Amino acid sequence: MANVLVFTELHDGKVKPVTLEILGKLAGQTTDVAVIGDLSSEEVAVLAKHGAANVHKLKGSNLDKYSPEGYANALANFIKSKSYDYVFGGATSMGKDLLPRLATQFDAGLASDVVNFTMDGGVFAGTRPLFAGKCLAKVELTGPKPHFVSIRPNALGMTEGLTAGAGAAHDVAADAGNIRAAIAEIVKAASSKVDLTEANIIVSGGRAMKSAENFKILEELADTIGATVGASRAAVDSGFAPHAMQVGQTGKTVAPSLYIACGISGAIQHLAGMRTSKVIVAINTDPDAPIFTKADYGIVGDLFTIVPIMKEEFKKLLGK
Amino acid sequence: MNIFVCVKQVPDTETKITPTADGSFIETNSIKWIMNPYDEFAVEQALLVKASNPAANVTVVRVGSVKDTEALRTAMAMGADDAILVEAQDNLDSYSIAKALKGAIEKSGKKPDMILTGKQAIDDDALQVPQVLAQMLDLPSVSVIVGFELSGSTVKVKREIEGGALEVYAVNTPCLLAANKGLNTPRYASLPGIMKAKKKPLAQYSLSDVGVTDADRRVKYSGFRLPPEKPAGKKFDATDAAKQKEVVAQVVGLLRTEAKVI
Repeated sequence: MANVLVFTELHDGKVKPVTLEILGKLAGQTTDVAVIGDLSSEEVAVLAKHGAANVHKLKGSNLDKYSPEGYANALANFIKSKSYDYVFGGATSMGKDLLPRLATQFDAGLASDVVNFTMDGGVFAGTRPLFAGKCLAKVELTGPKPHFVSIRPNALGMTEGLTAGAGAAHDVAADAGNIRAAIAEIVKAASSKVDLTEANIIVSGGRAMKSAENFKILEELADTIGATVGASRAAVDSGFAPHAMQVGQTGKTVAPSLYIACGISGAIQHLAGMRTSKVIVAINTDPDAPIFTKADYGIVGDLFTIVPIMKEEFKKLLGK
Repeated sequence: MNIFVCVKQVPDTETKITPTADGSFIETNSIKWIMNPYDEFAVEQALLVKASNPAANVTVVRVGSVKDTEALRTAMAMGADDAILVEAQDNLDSYSIAKALKGAIEKSGKKPDMILTGKQAIDDDALQVPQVLAQMLDLPSVSVIVGFELSGSTVKVKREIEGGALEVYAVNTPCLLAANKGLNTPRYASLPGIMKAKKKPLAQYSLSDVGVTDADRRVKYSGFRLPPEKPAGKKFDATDAAKQKEVVAQVVGLLRTEAKVI
């Protein structure tokens, strides 16, 4: 059995779902959670229900906003005061930026973007996609401890039949240390929608969307089913959508429950970014488009007529 | 001003990947190699800085196999001044690569004022080397940057986070910045540039020259395999306008009753 720390990020004061996926999968280990900042007793209870023995709330000056150095320093000092075998976190924007820095403070290794793992005998062994999902490999860690692991959101899924932990909350005085790269401002408020990498449902548009304005019909479908809108590289390169929306090898790698590809032919570099979606629906006028080989449900037809009908059908289904 | 750009050579995005028979890595013989696409933005940014600071020197550094030096020659053809290649196998882990880059930069004798990298390499997709290197060199770093403004020794950069929001950082040099698509538009190498690149200095080191040994490995990969193929799905013809509503209703129904995702 291993001693494990899970670092959790907050979104609107709530722990991110990836934290709960990780906790569920770590059943059988001794697992603590660390958060930077405050956490409500309701959220501590959620963590306890998913197996957290202790919840450490790291508080100190210069930690109100994320900074790579401040967060890494605060967590490093805390981790040094304990004896964890493993530190887990989500492979989110913050996790991807923070965890490599943090691991290097211990000269330790990080297995990043892991999609599944076992802890047999308290030893981590994971699976992760490489070459943008064109192949999979087993990943193991060696060298100084603690070992670090980042988990791709949505990949593990939620565990059923949870084993609860004590969930004892502790305030910990934290030191951000010397911060040389600090956020001066946030220029654009984050959209209320979930980011593509964490989205449960994605509606994506390709070159066949023809214009940026036409993405409106995808937005409307997305709003109906609580989805986030994505785009193919062809659509981004044609100026129909910003790069932040790009799904694929040079965009974002996503793993939603449902991926609806509209007017996307399915170039290998796009498939690489979305092939691990649980269910794929493809809408394309070309019956031979490669996307249909990966689709669970393929609809051969014009997206400009199919998408609005689909929106209405979902509305009916969801009683909206 | 010394600018270092770290580049990696990766399989082209359209390349088919085949694991080796023993699963220890992938077949590398038939691959078309390119400069990691995100690194092109880093090279371009370095050249833009050099354009307004003519005294600046741009060195590109790569850790990888010698069978092709495409990425380094491309960077020099675009306008980088010199290059360093640390010879290594292609499946090195992030920690070893970062340590080799650190060793190569130190061995060059030039004190870095700025290090630019791509935000990730599209082969192992680890997203580690920029931050690990920054930590090893004790430099501030900002990753996933889409905006860059240098005035004096301060760089104002924009970092893209979830939902397309941007964090603005002000960082003093020396620092490390990891580029995302959208930062700039990389130039193409001109023919005279390609000719000139052939004469530019390319220093070559071994891993032991830069102080990296097998003991530096932190992540072990094995069992490379293709992902399981999905069984063929169901395909519906909705080209006939009269049938469209019926077909779409059927698919939407199946998403609930069969796929259970909505």
